[in-house]
Amino acid sequence: MKRRLLDATLAALVAGLLAVPMLGFRLVDSATGLSLSGRPELVAWAAALVFAGRLGLGFLRPAFAALSLPALPAPPGNLRSIAGWALTLFALVLPFLPFADRNLVDKATLVLIYVMLGWGLNIVVGLAGLLDLGFVAFYAVGAYSYALLSQTFGLSFWVCLPLAGLLSASFGIALGFPVLRLRGDYLAIVTLGFGEIIRVILQNWQNVTGGPNGISGIERPSLFGLSFKMVPPEGHQTFAGFFGLDFSADHRVIFLYFLILALALLTNLFTLRIRRLPIGRAWEALREDEIACRSLGINPTLVKLSAFAIGAMFAGFAGSFFATRQGFISPESFTFIESAVILAIVVLGGMGSQIGIVLAALLLIGLPEWFRELQQFRMLAFGGAMVLIMLWKPSGLLSNREPTIRLGGRA
Amino acid sequence: MLRVEGLHSGYGRIQALHGVDISVAEGEIVALVGANGAGKTTLLMTICGNPRASAGRVLLGGEDITTLPTHHIMRRGLAHSPEGRRIFARMSVLENLQMGAALGDPAHFAGDLDKVLELFPRLKERLAQRGGTLSGGEQQMLAIGRALMSRPKVLLLDEPSLGLAPLVVRQIFEIVAAINRDQGVTVFLVEQNAFHALKLAHRGYVMVNGRVTMTGSGADLLANPEIRAQYLDGGAP
Repeated sequence: MKRRLLDATLAALVAGLLAVPMLGFRLVDSATGLSLSGRPELVAWAAALVFAGRLGLGFLRPAFAALSLPALPAPPGNLRSIAGWALTLFALVLPFLPFADRNLVDKATLVLIYVMLGWGLNIVVGLAGLLDLGFVAFYAVGAYSYALLSQTFGLSFWVCLPLAGLLSASFGIALGFPVLRLRGDYLAIVTLGFGEIIRVILQNWQNVTGGPNGISGIERPSLFGLSFKMVPPEGHQTFAGFFGLDFSADHRVIFLYFLILALALLTNLFTLRIRRLPIGRAWEALREDEIACRSLGINPTLVKLSAFAIGAMFAGFAGSFFATRQGFISPESFTFIESAVILAIVVLGGMGSQIGIVLAALLLIGLPEWFRELQQFRMLAFGGAMVLIMLWKPSGLLSNREPTIRLGGRA
Repeated sequence: MLRVEGLHSGYGRIQALHGVDISVAEGEIVALVGANGAGKTTLLMTICGNPRASAGRVLLGGEDITTLPTHHIMRRGLAHSPEGRRIFARMSVLENLQMGAALGDPAHFAGDLDKVLELFPRLKERLAQRGGTLSGGEQQMLAIGRALMSRPKVLLLDEPSLGLAPLVVRQIFEIVAAINRDQGVTVFLVEQNAFHALKLAHRGYVMVNGRVTMTGSGADLLANPEIRAQYLDGGAP
């Protein structure tokens, strides 16, 4: 009892200290200028709430431990693949379901962007075990590559997409070289810096990137030359006209949805395949033990660089898609918080689990979008959900790893 | 087969090896014994090119491999079972073995796997299990098995007895003897457990503070009163 009281008091003290600068003062705009007014009652409330909560938790925890959430049975491999197929099928028919309005498809598109980014980062973090906090840099490189290539040279989305992927991959290698010897925390710091460097360059290289104003009027993609505009560019047909449909802006939304779905599925397929190839296995082995890898004759330089490059390439694809979907990009879309969210998706999903990443992206991107009504409490709910997941499943939602090879059966 | 000539090596400014000469002939088992911190592991690591030798040479089958990068050295018929086993904990036993064959011809995989599993029947029962869930002895077996998957001519073993029960140690050493006898693999073994190592080895070296101080046949070294006093009495079974 005494220990719990002490514990709760300590927590209340910390909360009170934190609340002083955050809740304790308020700027008042008066006739004489700005002044500060104190709000000690709010600080007291915060401390009291935390005290009560902590004490309650202290009492509840033994009860919880006795009850404990049922440990999810490890889903057998084929169940997981069935779930994967079911999810894919659902994603394919989603835009045609009766309740799917334009808003829903648009949000699903956003979720898919993050699923794809998560799958891309998963190669670097989940498989190769290289903690990358600057992943958004490659996303930005992809977006700006497309925007600049299309505006400067008038290239179409489909030509720019592979180019953007290639450019991002070369940036991945450029980042990879100096950090070859680093691991863990040190690597994280350098990649964090790299992400910021890219963003700052985008912000300050006015005459190329447009600086903080960004790039607007980015060309929208077409389907084999069929435009989704009301009035097609010269020498082109509209999608609606070609298929004899009435023009609707929804067509483009649905087209974009399928585009990102295809790109994301490509990423997934690639990862599932490459895990069974020597390079993919080498990534995982490198995550487990670098020295053992060396003593087995694996070249860690090559393995690390390829992980960085391929992860970056998929981020580049996603970036191109982002640019073409938004039609406008600016450095503000590529801040550190994006990297953090993508990393959170990978970690919450259970490092290395493809379906886990889908679930985590739905949770972290989808839910906040659907709960916009919560307004300023949205981020609170977001943070709370993350804490709860980590308490419940400390190694991520789906964390058990599928071996890539079994004896006497298919892998 | 494997020759080390006047090898100097260390970490940064700290020198661990001060001119080591060792030779291992084809088909031999050679043991290097010595106390903690004598430089045994450093010698093996330097043979593998990490850290690099600051002076001296390493020859493998007559070829100078001193300055080759690690992954090239390993392609020349050398396999290393590192200190502390270093198996891939989250990968299955089968995947661990597969990593051992990473450089080899995939066509050999099935046959080599059967050979390794014959040597270590315990691994056969645990193929689908994660490496990290194996017992210490099984992990050591896996580390040796993984090294064998690359079809080495020379097998470097770093402290295979580390942290294992005496019975398991005996078992492992019997298997090492079998690998040498039946498959003709040359073995260079580094051990603190001098008794078992010298009993197994054809020849032995004793290392003290980065220098080889004594050499001879395994039986001679075992009988040597100085060695008995330093490494065996009290500790040996």
